[in-house]
Amino acid sequence: MSLKLVYFAWVRERIGKPEEQVVLPAGIVTIGDLIGWLITRGEEYAYAFENAPLIRAAIDKAHAKHDAPITGASEIAFFPPMTGG
Amino acid sequence: MFTVRVQAEDFDLAVEQRRVCAGHPDIGAVVTFTGLCRDESGTLAALELEHYPGMAEEEMDRVLAEARGRWPLDGAVLVHRHGMIRPGENIVLVVTASRHRKAAFAAAEFLMDYLKSRAPFWKKEHRKDGSSGEWVEAKDADDQALERWSARQ
Repeated sequence: MSLKLVYFAWVRERIGKPEEQVVLPAGIVTIGDLIGWLITRGEEYAYAFENAPLIRAAIDKAHAKHDAPITGASEIAFFPPMTGG
Repeated sequence: MFTVRVQAEDFDLAVEQRRVCAGHPDIGAVVTFTGLCRDESGTLAALELEHYPGMAEEEMDRVLAEARGRWPLDGAVLVHRHGMIRPGENIVLVVTASRHRKAAFAAAEFLMDYLKSRAPFWKKEHRKDGSSGEWVEAKDADDQALERWSARQ
């Protein structure tokens, strides 16, 4: 499965890029699985997700919890808690 | 009129209020809230507002739809700026219009609480000494502000 990942704020800075296209290995079902796989890809990912429960996610531009399935998604975003307003 | 906008440029409160009310002589109450860039210690040069294009607008639309489901609004505008914003400048605008003030007040407060915790914007501090400062941390108080609206349901 090919997927676009986008990153914002300090998650983007820690990973070192705003977005990337990835091909997922089999067995990745949820946002949490995806984070677990990303962490294995390098220390920049491990750094970005060192406090994984804190990181927010969105599936196709809608907020999603870590247990949400990513089946059929085309864009998944990771970012810190929001500080707008 | 109901509008949601994300923009780099500043906004004009009076213009937005007139737009909301145009053609609605039945509106009896308009509440406006403006959030400004604040400098607490005299060291801030600017806040850099990053956002998730597309999702920011969609999330603001969802928040507005939820407010319209709770209160009888006749018009509303949400404007959130992005980019470099200096102390004293505008960041966010909420305008709510209704026949009576209670709905307009409550909806404006609800919209701000939801925007702060759900709309994908992030603030980074830029210091006067030229250094890029820290990302502003989310406050527990903002989440608590949100929870009180769920408790009322």
